Amino acid sequence: MQTAKELRASDQPPLVALNNISIAFGGIKAVDDVSVDLYPGEVVGLLGHNGAGKSTLIKVLSGAYQKDAGEILINGKPVEIHNPRDARANNIETIYQTLALADNLDAASNLFLGRELVTPFGLVDDSAMEAECRKIMGRLNPNFQKFSEPVSALSGGQRQSVAIARAVYFNARILIMDEPTAALGPHETQMVADLIHQLKAQGIGIFLIDHDVHAVMELCDRASVMKNGKLVGTVDIADVTDDDLLSMIILGKTPGSAEEAPS
Amino acid sequence: MSDATQQAMPPKAKQGLFQQLELDVRLLGMIGAFALLCIGFSIFTDGRFISPRNLFNLTIQTVSVAIMATGMVFVIVTRNIDLSVGGLLAVCSALMAMTQTELMPHVLGLGFNHPMTWAIAIVVGLAAGTLIGGVQGWLVGYQGIPAFIVTLGGFLIWRNLGWLATDGQTIAPLDGNFLNLGGVNGTMGEAWSWTIGIVAAAVALWAIWSARRARIRHGFPAKPIWAEVTVMALVAGSILGFVWVLNSYHIPSRRLQRMFEARGEVMPEGLEVGYGLPISVLILIAVAIVMTLIARRTRLGRYIFATGGNPDAAELSGINTRLLTVKVFAIMGFLCGLSAVVASARLASHTNDIGTLDELRVIAAAVIGGTALSGGAGTIYGAILGALVMQSLQSGMAMVGVDAPLQNVVVGSVLVAAVWIDIQYRKRLGTS
Repeated sequence: MQTAKELRASDQPPLVALNNISIAFGGIKAVDDVSVDLYPGEVVGLLGHNGAGKSTLIKVLSGAYQKDAGEILINGKPVEIHNPRDARANNIETIYQTLALADNLDAASNLFLGRELVTPFGLVDDSAMEAECRKIMGRLNPNFQKFSEPVSALSGGQRQSVAIARAVYFNARILIMDEPTAALGPHETQMVADLIHQLKAQGIGIFLIDHDVHAVMELCDRASVMKNGKLVGTVDIADVTDDDLLSMIILGKTPGSAEEAPS
Repeated sequence: MSDATQQAMPPKAKQGLFQQLELDVRLLGMIGAFALLCIGFSIFTDGRFISPRNLFNLTIQTVSVAIMATGMVFVIVTRNIDLSVGGLLAVCSALMAMTQTELMPHVLGLGFNHPMTWAIAIVVGLAAGTLIGGVQGWLVGYQGIPAFIVTLGGFLIWRNLGWLATDGQTIAPLDGNFLNLGGVNGTMGEAWSWTIGIVAAAVALWAIWSARRARIRHGFPAKPIWAEVTVMALVAGSILGFVWVLNSYHIPSRRLQRMFEARGEVMPEGLEVGYGLPISVLILIAVAIVMTLIARRTRLGRYIFATGGNPDAAELSGINTRLLTVKVFAIMGFLCGLSAVVASARLASHTNDIGTLDELRVIAAAVIGGTALSGGAGTIYGAILGALVMQSLQSGMAMVGVDAPLQNVVVGSVLVAAVWIDIQYRKRLGTS
């Protein structure tokens, strides 16, 4: 299999291309003419301060927000994403910062929320969903046992594994992770890192939004840095240091050695 | 991730009796409260409160509010409220009364008591309720007007539109067949009631048993066999006990005599005939089953609870929460129409003040039954039991001879106390 870098060098279109995306809220441009792309088996980090527009940009892809201008290409073909259902139809799965779980439902109900398994009579098949849930959790987090309790009774790590299971179960090709380790302890953070490597090896493209420069340096192939709604630049992680990334985030300057942002 | 590592969960010896039975503590609390009310009022009324006659009346008085309370569960679970149910009931009742006394006999020239009248009237009532509910849901879901305001407006609008439609007149008599749906005029008799009771008990036992077999087939933990059998015995016992009580209320001999005379027969000496299950109660049971099925076994129900638990999560999971709001209010409207059938048939007339204050009774029933106003939690059976507890309290106090103002003071206090207990209970459970 080709690596992401070789794919990028070839003529193949990227898995996802967000071209010249703009979105404004009440006159304030939250995202201003930003372009990023993602190849199969690649992890692209999105970095920036709070309010830099990285979460807003990615919500255009996940269907939570509507773009004002720009286009979304998947495998080179333009697509319209009006809502989360459209995103799912394009095999885009999102793990939100806020986890987006219904606290009053159990793990299986959350895993299948919006895509329930049904019996031939059209009724939801709780037993089948619990069985599937036990299978995938056995793979992701073998210690997980609280299948009949609402997820409000789970720890941060357990909740995160439910959120990840939901994204992984439905064969995502494009995965968006919005600060997936923000609420986690060191052990659980490692679990997420292992999972990202595993998914990458399966050829899934991942957008990873994070504050933590070290995590990005460790997990990502490329990083796109945003500041005040604009793209500062996209760099190859292999070509930059922590300090280079930090100066991009803080000063909004691209290091001379790195490739310039695509216009 | 500090939970236990064992694969199967062996039943722990220390677990309490109720935990092993997996009975809902809240359900037990409600049944306990109802039992306390029955015992208390029986002492003060020399046992009249638990006479078959009173229990029969209590049952048919509860039906109308209980039907609407099941719909209110969905409304409150999705973090909305509906203050218009009493008004909606009134306008549906008005339209149905007009259908029976104006449209069918005069406009269509079919005369009174045409065999189709009752069915057409019901279709009119249910359609009107569903449509009005759907419109209110659209205003809430798609236009973003808070449900409190939309239904507060509806509270004034619908009842008075009904008033305008009927010129404020009381409409009676209603269609003869229609009256069968109200309660005392339409009962199944003893033999049919037993048949229905036995079939219902058998179906319930089969359902419990097949649910257990499904759990075992998937290798999930199931409760011990003795606990399962105990629950089955309790369920079957309650169903048959309920039928027995309703069959024990005998039709008064004067009334029975009139019934025989109407058919041109002579009543045999010393004949005793029980009323049995009222048709209105069968309607309530059907509503309870369908609503429970919707809540637990359909996508719609799953989405209702998910939206109540976390509206953002539901939206991000691809659930169309706006359309869901329309559906929830349309269901509520449909049930108001159905309640209007039962209420106007029971009273044998349509009056302008039919269903007055029902919005408060319905909300109170749902809330006493454990529906959380913060959304995401509630049960259908809880709401029905809540309606029964409210009605017992009210009619029990009337029997004892408590003054009307004091009755309202007590009902209001019980509502606040019930919610307080519920909050304490949830705190102890550690859920919101």
